[in-house]
Amino acid sequence: MKVTSSTTTSKQRLTTSAMIASIAAEGQPTRAAPFGHALIELARRRPEVVGMTADLGKYTDLHVFAKEFPDRYYQMGMAEQLLFGGASGLAAEGFMPFVTTYAVFASRRAYDFIHQTIAEEDRNVKIACALPGLTSGYGPSHQAAEDLALFRAMPNMTVIDPCDALEIEQAVPAMAAHPGPVYMRLLRGQVPLVLDEYGYKFELGRAKHLRTGDDVLIISSGLLTMRALEAAKKLEADRVGASVLHVPTIKPLDVETIVAACRKPGRVVVVAENHTIIGGLGEAVAAVLMRERVHPAFHMIGLPDEFLAAGALPTLHDRYGISTDAIVSSVKSWL
Amino acid sequence: MTVQGHNVSLHERARRIRCHALRMGEVQGQGYIAQALDIADVLAVAYFHAMRYRPEDPEWEGRDRFLLSNGHYAIALYAALIEAGIVPEAELETYGFDDSRLPMSGMASYTPGMEMSGGSLGLGLTIAVGRCLGLKRKGSDRFVYTLFSDGELDEGSKWEAMMSAAHYKLDNLIAVVDVNNQQADGPSGQMMGFEPLVDKVRSFGWFVQRVDGNDLNAVVTAFDAAKTHEGAVPRMIIADTVMGKGVPFLEARERNHFMRVDANEWKLALAALQDGSQP
Repeated sequence: MKVTSSTTTSKQRLTTSAMIASIAAEGQPTRAAPFGHALIELARRRPEVVGMTADLGKYTDLHVFAKEFPDRYYQMGMAEQLLFGGASGLAAEGFMPFVTTYAVFASRRAYDFIHQTIAEEDRNVKIACALPGLTSGYGPSHQAAEDLALFRAMPNMTVIDPCDALEIEQAVPAMAAHPGPVYMRLLRGQVPLVLDEYGYKFELGRAKHLRTGDDVLIISSGLLTMRALEAAKKLEADRVGASVLHVPTIKPLDVETIVAACRKPGRVVVVAENHTIIGGLGEAVAAVLMRERVHPAFHMIGLPDEFLAAGALPTLHDRYGISTDAIVSSVKSWL
Repeated sequence: MTVQGHNVSLHERARRIRCHALRMGEVQGQGYIAQALDIADVLAVAYFHAMRYRPEDPEWEGRDRFLLSNGHYAIALYAALIEAGIVPEAELETYGFDDSRLPMSGMASYTPGMEMSGGSLGLGLTIAVGRCLGLKRKGSDRFVYTLFSDGELDEGSKWEAMMSAAHYKLDNLIAVVDVNNQQADGPSGQMMGFEPLVDKVRSFGWFVQRVDGNDLNAVVTAFDAAKTHEGAVPRMIIADTVMGKGVPFLEARERNHFMRVDANEWKLALAALQDGSQP
């Protein structure tokens, strides 16, 4: 294929800009570092809470906690195996480590350490990982397209994929209230605020209906719930009624709510996730529906089973079908 | 019956640990027997000289922690836990059987006194670092001991943990390395050269001693020095040991990483330990 020189291209090309470009759209309401601030609130009430990271405090919003509680903060250097083994040890001594890194490093570099020292030993460690799914344009080194599949498969592990700043704020105390290991996908920096207008309240293990419509049911988690809500508004303008069922807890799955929603006749079911189509929410929902003998028209929106490209996030979200416009057009094609 | 008195010599403790291990090995007909025999002296010193614990309360907050990183040495640690009265001697017959509290590889949830799940090598020292940080947070003066073997030094996580232990000045950490120069595929130094180990670890900021791990007096002196060393640094005892120590015909065996022992040989091995019980 001939590559056209950028100087001769009429259409302006976007750039990757940064490893951790914000996922907030221009003009969208946001809150800064919701995880870090929620953790400070929690730590004021729970003296056993400590923070740990592997050279990514600034990039996982743990730096605000570190500033507030410098003596409860452990910088473990760029050593993820040590990070999670150390967290296991601190938990064994009665502390509750909140551990941050990027999702790629937790799920890939340190998987055995989380599996053996945290999940198998059932240690009370809370893992919060930035750059989940496709939220970096940096390339596969920083794109955790398969983190949900990996952590879903791990016994003892609870898995959360929050949608926005509000949900992260609510998830942090819920993680602490849950005994045992938890993996949370973290949105960091200026994080969009979306769910406040839906009167939303996070409950661990519960899926929540955010809006109703009669033509399509979109089951989604994380960033893709934000996109699903935007898509639903656009579909509504085109007289397509879209329900959105938000499933922030990937494991354990709220089977009852999901099955009940899918039993409602006449709706196409679409599962949308910021994750490879292998082993994430889509396949989890599909398996549940098969077991429960519920067979709606069923489609999945997710990342393809390939190494994703480097580039600007809007470009990549369009290319891989997880932008709002791409979701709208996919849903329309399935009606 | 386990000897409960305080006047039992460390030689006798070590001999009995070896006997317990051999009896577990006999139950299965094979196992990591050569390692159990080589590390018995170190475990005797740990459990009957150095460490504080309450046999009736293995999770007593005031205990020193012992983290077995090389989970395949479980047969050796079970023998020590039996000798220490933490695990009843009668359970020895269940070793490796379904539903036993004594599985082949040491796991935290199975066995009283087993502080971590080993097996996947390279985990123990990272957990130990977290334990030490936690004990310091609590203002505890207890020690964290962790045992691993020379082959485990191939794992990068060991060196991550060594850097961090010095960084955090973990003077409550005592790591014991069993240098028996044998790993799964052959002699450890040939699989991946790890010497000069003393110089390497010292350069990482540790207080390092290297001793004959089968010389009880030397091991006692090393543990005492590790506990009392002045200086806010982590401590390492490198113990050179002999695979199969105490049973001459097993010491001489070449294929000894996972040892098969013929049915009639277990009695001979136990008999060899009886004969050689007094140095």
